[in-house]
Amino acid sequence: MADDKKRMYLAIESGESAQPFRWSAGTYGSKFLTEIRDNKKFWGIKCPECGRVYVPIRSVCGPCYREMTELVPVSDEGTLITFSVVSFGFVDPSTGLQRPVPYGYAVIQLDGADSYLIHFIDETDPEKMKAGMRVRAVFEEDGKRTGSMMDIKHFELIRE
Amino acid sequence: MAAKRVGIVGVGMTLQSSARRDVYGIELINEAVRAALDDARMTRKDIDAIVIGNMDHFEGINYVDTWSVDGSGALGKPIMKMTTGGTTGSTVAMGAYYHVASGMFDRVLAIGWEKNSESDTTGAIITAFDPFWDRPTFGGAVAGLALEATQYMAETGATEEDAAYVAVRDRKNALNNPYAHLRMELNIEAIMGTPYLAWPVKLGDMCPRTDGACAVVFASEDIAGDFPNAPAWVHGVADRHLWAYTSDPYVNQHVKGGTWFPAMERATAELYGKVGITDPLEQFDVAELYLPYSFAGLRYMESLGFCERAGAPALVRSGATDMGGKCPVNPSGGVLSSNAIGATGLLRVAEAALQVQGRAGDRQVPGASLALATGFGGCYWSDELVIGIEKPERNRG
Ligand SMILES: [Zn+2]
Repeated sequence: MADDKKRMYLAIESGESAQPFRWSAGTYGSKFLTEIRDNKKFWGIKCPECGRVYVPIRSVCGPCYREMTELVPVSDEGTLITFSVVSFGFVDPSTGLQRPVPYGYAVIQLDGADSYLIHFIDETDPEKMKAGMRVRAVFEEDGKRTGSMMDIKHFELIRE
Repeated sequence: MAAKRVGIVGVGMTLQSSARRDVYGIELINEAVRAALDDARMTRKDIDAIVIGNMDHFEGINYVDTWSVDGSGALGKPIMKMTTGGTTGSTVAMGAYYHVASGMFDRVLAIGWEKNSESDTTGAIITAFDPFWDRPTFGGAVAGLALEATQYMAETGATEEDAAYVAVRDRKNALNNPYAHLRMELNIEAIMGTPYLAWPVKLGDMCPRTDGACAVVFASEDIAGDFPNAPAWVHGVADRHLWAYTSDPYVNQHVKGGTWFPAMERATAELYGKVGITDPLEQFDVAELYLPYSFAGLRYMESLGFCERAGAPALVRSGATDMGGKCPVNPSGGVLSSNAIGATGLLRVAEAALQVQGRAGDRQVPGASLALATGFGGCYWSDELVIGIEKPERNRG
């Protein structure tokens, strides 16, 4: 019966066509990504009013509604805020490829930043992770970095 | 001029199911609209304006407002599309409410729908997020919610079993709802036995992907008495958006004086202030909450003021939110039983209206007169509505 129904109702596929987009990183986003690509260094941007330092970088502090222009260095080490281990399979719409699972997924606060960023973490056993643990960025090899967040391969737990 | 008071006078919903291959999107919309018009004993001609919403890129159809005019009944009428992620349906309800409250339209039809079977939901959700900072590592709703669940457990001592209780409750309630997608009696062990999708969130903790539609007729106080059903009045609405990137909500929680879910807490403070809610557990007879996964049924109860921080596991395990409890949550089965995204928030409002009208069939909470309905979207934004059978003294916003 179910098979009969499947045969009865037709559907069409959108096909393999791609519709590529080209997004501008802007002045500060470009600076942030260029520094990671060329120097493996993180920069944040500081609000002149509240003093918050944002990473990822942005040019407006939402709460103060002030334009930010002051870049400040932040560390490539930080703190694990919260995490998950993603184990269900799905196709990454950016690449069209299956996202390799399982992978550790984390919210991280870099030292010197007030905001957080999300990235991969090199641990897939949730029992071995805890909020507050120290983490460090692991960058792609020289020559392989292209100016995107994927120039950071992942963060690793700093195991004392 | 004061804003008009607004009543819900007609409700229509389709069967919610995994794949409605028997209907094209326009036909699915039409099914819900016809049901709502029939319910209010109206025809298409009686409708002054329409507000419609879905997550258009989930179906790959962008001009849903114009594409669906035959099915929605909007042919030759004012129509506006609203697309706000998970909150789409509740935003549509609020949009229709604003139309009527403004005094410019007397009868406005709100429509929310989705055919999740037509695309890859996780892929579609990822492309709703920032291409530079979020998409490369984001794993869709499941992974995003898992971050919150981990944090909630770490900071409160809540367990996966506590969350499973919520999934058991909502899915059991769905047995009373002939329109629900997942209708199953499960126990905590069964939920705990399902595989992890993104630790600590398991398959049994997550909402399904659903095809479905919902339509609701909002009417001005000037004519709301002219319909066969007693109006379910909108007592107040509030919404808040508070983030730019996926990781931003977590900042709010840790800055000085930070809280779990600031968008929901600020919307709640505004709404309860306007409507006069000081003890939601006592004052609401029923709540239809947008709980996209089981842990939300713990954490969001705290942001909605039903209990103290970390008090939700004890609250839900006490039975207070079960059918027969002090304030049953999700008699319909909620989002854990049906999640046709654009319809979902509107279904919460529709169910709240049916409850206070005493028309909710087997899922009726006896004597319900005041209900809370919510929408949850994207990363932690929040729509909230209070619906009651009593006509408010004035429009309180
Ligand atoms: Zn600032």
